[in-house]
Amino acid sequence: MAVDAHVRDAVAGGSAGRPVRTRSGEPGRGARSLRADGAWPWLFAGPLLIGVAIFYLWPIVQTFWFSFTTWGVFGGAVFSGLTNYAALLSDPQLYQALLNTLIYTLIVLLGVPIAVWLASLLNTPGLRLAQFYRALFFLPYVAMPAAIALVWRIIFNGDFGVLNWFLSLFGISGPYWISTPGFALVAVSIVGLWSSVGFSMIILGAGLKDIPSELYEAARVDGASRWRQFRSITVPLLTPSIFFVLIITTIGSFQLFDLLYAILGSSNPVLPKTMSLVFYFYSTGFIQNDKGLAAAIAMVIFVIIGLITLVQFRAQRRWAQS
Amino acid sequence: MTGIAQATPTTRALVTGGIPRRQAVPREGRTWWIHLVLGVGGFIMAFPFLWQIIMSLSTQAEVQSVPPTFWPAHLQWSSYVEVFERLPFLQQLQTSVWMTVVQTCAQIVLCTFAGYAFARMRFRGRALLLALVLSILLVPSQVYLLSQYQIVQSLGWLNTLMGIVAPGLFSAFGTFLMRTAFLNLPAELEEAARIDGANPFQVFTRVMLPLVHPSISVLAITTILWSWNLLLWPLVVSTQAEAMPLAAGLATLSSDRTTDYPVLMAASLMAMAPVLIMFILLQRRVIDGLAASGLKG
Repeated sequence: MAVDAHVRDAVAGGSAGRPVRTRSGEPGRGARSLRADGAWPWLFAGPLLIGVAIFYLWPIVQTFWFSFTTWGVFGGAVFSGLTNYAALLSDPQLYQALLNTLIYTLIVLLGVPIAVWLASLLNTPGLRLAQFYRALFFLPYVAMPAAIALVWRIIFNGDFGVLNWFLSLFGISGPYWISTPGFALVAVSIVGLWSSVGFSMIILGAGLKDIPSELYEAARVDGASRWRQFRSITVPLLTPSIFFVLIITTIGSFQLFDLLYAILGSSNPVLPKTMSLVFYFYSTGFIQNDKGLAAAIAMVIFVIIGLITLVQFRAQRRWAQS
Repeated sequence: MTGIAQATPTTRALVTGGIPRRQAVPREGRTWWIHLVLGVGGFIMAFPFLWQIIMSLSTQAEVQSVPPTFWPAHLQWSSYVEVFERLPFLQQLQTSVWMTVVQTCAQIVLCTFAGYAFARMRFRGRALLLALVLSILLVPSQVYLLSQYQIVQSLGWLNTLMGIVAPGLFSAFGTFLMRTAFLNLPAELEEAARIDGANPFQVFTRVMLPLVHPSISVLAITTILWSWNLLLWPLVVSTQAEAMPLAAGLATLSSDRTTDYPVLMAASLMAMAPVLIMFILLQRRVIDGLAASGLKG
C-alpha cells in the first residue's frame, strides 16, 4: 500500500517534467492486443527467475525435505520421518528460545506506544527542527547492528559502563548486564527498542499526515485538551497504521539474531538462557552442524511468522472493507 | 500550516466568546515542552554514537575508568591507525564494498527487467511465476539458509566473495517494487512507442526506464543498507576473518574478550560511516524510501 502511494507520487512528478513522445494523430487502442510477446519476456525475466529458482524456491523445498532427514557425520541425509520434530518438541531449549523471543518482542513492542506519542508530537503544525528530530530518531535504524552493538556492550558493562554509573546517581547499583541471564535479554531488548522506535515513528507519522487538521481545529474549538485530542482523534484514526507497525515490529523481533549475537558474543555462557529462536537455529545448524534439526526449527519459525502474517492479512481486509 | 496556527486564537475567540480564558488550551507558540521531550529522546538516540566517537579518541584506561571519562585528556587518533594494523579491516572493507556494489547493481538490473516483464508483457505462466516469486516474501530467511549453504558449499564458494554475494543478487522484493512502479505508468506511453516500430527492449530503455527512476532509487537505498549491514549469511559462509565483510568481522571480534576498546570503537565507527554518511546526505530520500518499502528481511 505504502509502496503504491510512493510510486504514484513519483510517476506524477516524473512524467510532468519529462515530455514523452506520443503521436497525437494515432487512434488510441483501448484494449491491448492479446498477442504474446514472444521470447522477449523470457529475456527480461529469465535471469531473475533462474536465480530465484536456484537460490530461493528450490531451497525452500529442500529445507522442508531436510527437516525429515538425519545427517551423518560425513554428510549424506537419510530419511528419518518425524524424528527431528520429535527431538525438537522434547528439547527444552526450543521452549526457552521461544520464551526469550517472546519476551524480547514484548519489550520491543513497548516502543510502539512511545512511537505514537513521538509521532504526534512531531506532527505539531509549524514545529521547528522537525526534520532534524526525524533524522535523529531514524539514525539507529540505519546503523549497522553488529557495529553499534559493540558500543552498547561497553555502555552495559557491569564495572565501568556508563549506564550503571548513571543508575548509581540514583542509588541503584546496576547488575552485570551482559553476563547475568535475565538482564542480558533485557539489555538486548533495550537496544532492539532503541533501534526500532524511529522507524515506527516515521511510518506512524505518514499515517498522521492523512488525518484532516480540521478535526483538531474543531476539537480545539470545543476546548478539548491536547491529551483528549490525542485519545479521541489521533489514536482511533491511526489504528490501521498502529496495527501495521505492531505486525512489522513483531515479525522483525521474531527474527532477532544480529543484536543478540553481536552484543552477547558467540561464546557467552548466558546464551542457553538468553538465545532467540533464530540463534537456536543458527547454533544447531552451523555450530552443532545438525542440519536436520535446524531445518525443523526453520519450519517452526516459518509457521509462527506465517500465522502472524495471516492475522495481518485478515485485519487489513477488514479495514479495506470498512 | 503557520496560517492555520495564526488564525486559531481569533477563530476560538469568535466561536466561544469570552469563556476560553479558563481552559488550558496550549497555544502553538508554547512548544518548549515538545522540544524538551523530543530533545531528550533525540539525545538518547544519538548518545551511543557520541559515546562511540569519544571512546575511540580515549585511552583504554579512560574507557575503563569509574566514574566515566566524558572527555579524554588528550585526543588519541592513533586508534584509527591501529584498526588497520591489528584487524583485517581493509580486506573486510573491500569485501563489504564489493558485496554492496555487486548486489545493488545486480538487483537493480535484474529486478527492473523482470518487474517490467511481469507488469507489461504477456507470456505463458506469468501469473504462476509471479505468485512463486512473491511467495518468497512470506518466507523467513532461515527457511532457505540451510539449503543455500549446501549450494554454495557444493560449488566450492565457501570463504569466497562469490559465496557471500550470490543469493543476494536476486530479490523478490525488488521485483515486486519495480513491477508496481511499471504498473502505475499509463499504458499509452509504450503503445505509442511500439506503433512507432520500437522493439520491446527499446521501449523499455528509452521510454519506460527513465520514468521509474524514483523507484530505482528506493531499491538502491534499501539494497545498499541491507547489503552493508547483513550479518547472518556472511557469518555462515565465511569462517576466516579475512573473507568476511565488516558486519561479520565485527560481530565475531566481539566474542574476543581481550580487545582494545578504543580500537574497537574506531573500527565500528568506520564500519558504519559509509551508510551513516549516505543517510545524512540523503536524509529525506532514505527515510521515505525505507518507509515506503516497509520492511525488507
